Amino acid sequence: MFSGFMVNTWLGGSVMAAVAGLVGFFVVLRGSTFAAHAIPQGAFAGAAGAALIGVNTLVGTGTFALLGVAAIALWSRHGRNDVVTALVLVSLLGVGSLFLSLSTEYAQQAFSLLFGSPLAVSSSELVPTAALGAFCVALLAALYRPLLLGSVAPELAITGPVPPARAELGFLLAVGVATTLALPVVGALLVFSLMIGPPAAARQLAGRPSLAMGLSAALALVTAWVAIAASYETNWPVGFFVGTFSAVWYVAGRAWAAWSRRARASVGPRARQKLALGRAS
Amino acid sequence: MVPITSLPGPRPGLGAGSAGLRAPELSEPALSVEGLTVRLPGREVLRDVSFSVAPGELTGLIGSNGAGKTTLLRAVLGLQGLAAGRVAAKRPIGYVPQKVLLDPDLPVRARDLVGLGLEGTRLGLPWPSRARRARVDELLGSVEASSLAEARVGTLSGGEQQKILIAHALARRPKLLLLDEPLANLDLKATQEVVALLSRIAKTHGVAVLLSTHDINPLLAVMDRVVYLAGGRAASGTTDEVVQTDVLSALYGHHVCVVRLHGRVLVSTTDEHGEQGCDVAADAWEGAGPTTVRAVVPAPGDEGSSS
Ligand SMILES: Nc1ncnc2c1ncn2[C@@H]1O[C@H](COP(=O)(O)OP(=O)(O)OP(=O)(O)O)[C@@H](O)[C@H]1O
Ligand SMILES: [Mg+2]
Repeated sequence: MFSGFMVNTWLGGSVMAAVAGLVGFFVVLRGSTFAAHAIPQGAFAGAAGAALIGVNTLVGTGTFALLGVAAIALWSRHGRNDVVTALVLVSLLGVGSLFLSLSTEYAQQAFSLLFGSPLAVSSSELVPTAALGAFCVALLAALYRPLLLGSVAPELAITGPVPPARAELGFLLAVGVATTLALPVVGALLVFSLMIGPPAAARQLAGRPSLAMGLSAALALVTAWVAIAASYETNWPVGFFVGTFSAVWYVAGRAWAAWSRRARASVGPRARQKLALGRAS
Repeated sequence: MVPITSLPGPRPGLGAGSAGLRAPELSEPALSVEGLTVRLPGREVLRDVSFSVAPGELTGLIGSNGAGKTTLLRAVLGLQGLAAGRVAAKRPIGYVPQKVLLDPDLPVRARDLVGLGLEGTRLGLPWPSRARRARVDELLGSVEASSLAEARVGTLSGGEQQKILIAHALARRPKLLLLDEPLANLDLKATQEVVALLSRIAKTHGVAVLLSTHDINPLLAVMDRVVYLAGGRAASGTTDEVVQTDVLSALYGHHVCVVRLHGRVLVSTTDEHGEQGCDVAADAWEGAGPTTVRAVVPAPGDEGSSS
């Protein structure tokens, strides 16, 4: 499990999981889960197209992810982008279904693109994977404060030097890169679960942004490692384990939050004071 | 409708003429607005609005729903294009927007939100330092919210959130502080606390504070000047200059009356009552008692409304 070509998957999988966890922190904070769902699905069309013409899937995935990002960023208005996102999703999916129907011999490849494969990372892909991962982390670090402020309350960010629309473009770009990295391993259908389950749990567990972001990356890493190992052992798709684990993290996070809230309410002096006063609004 | 600035005779506190009525300010104004006109699709929202705000002064921007308060503040921030006029504001400007919805699940403590105000929205990661932490503590202390520092912002009450947002806006030591309806949704006690806080900030830090509200009463005791918006035009000056039956009637373009009772102000239209209108309104208000009636600021043309 740790030898030969599997080493590539462990390395590539670790990069993609950490990146997905970091990007996912903002996905959940900004309520952009639909975009995080649509971009991978659109990128799948690119992967299918690449398979059809015999190009590396990383190139096809990346191209279509960028296409989706550009369309969403360009046509969304006033921060509302759900309709545009849906239209981008359906048009790219349409193209993807065409590509698939043209390449019936690649059914096995299409299956692993949709549901993921533990053998997806080749040694020639390690360097581009690391480079894309580093770019994504640098992008998030640069935009950390404008993105965070804009996620907390968009009205507060409008007076800053980074216009919210530009911050949003940078954010979507990060989603596109994370998608490109994660899609071959996790599969197009379930890439976004890695960007949602771990950060959603993390924000229940950690009350400060930097901690929640780090925890999100850590949970995503654990998820990916367990999923790759389990998939290797069982031959079940990686996506199945990633999806299941992400949901488990989230339920655990909610349960912990509920438990700790109750524990605080029964002992904390401030909580008692608040209960007595009630909420002002 | 007669433009308010061209009405015959000297009218204290009206439009552009108001600036000349006061002794020249010793210090240059932190904000000066001259002949501001804003057109939005469909209509002219602000027309020839002029006023200025001096450092250390608290100015109330009064107007009913849709009067153009938010539009005016956005114009000052440079977020709104001007059809005509000039806005000169000293920077940095602190801004507390009208609608800030904070999700209770946000992994952001009050301290983090204030910290985000500190570095503006600069690029790069924030590096924790002792100086930074001390400054955040100082800001939280200045709005009397030190005990809220570690709580998630989204779980705080409306009044508590308002204080944190004020601390956030103060972080970059603004020369001008704009607050859009900071008193909406606050109960009487929280309103008094926030008003006292803003007054203190203006006086002790020499910040020019401009806050919008639809109810003038909570500000009466602390307000240095008032900018009264109606029908897209503005009357400005001290409260005594502006909040007068004749001045506001000229602003609204029809007869309104201003009733003062128990240290509170009621502005009401009176067309339905004719000449006795103001007395009728005063009687009705007296009957209802000072604590249950809030000032009604009627929209122009909205003749039927009174308390
Ligand atoms: N983007 C826009 N396009 C067209 N009209 C607009 C736009 N924004 C505001 N308006 C109009 O401008 C007028 C003033 O709006 P504004 O938000 O400034 O009022 P306000 O005084 O802040 O009201 P409120 O007390 O309800 O917050 C309103 O009639 C509104 O319909
Ligand atoms: Mg408004």
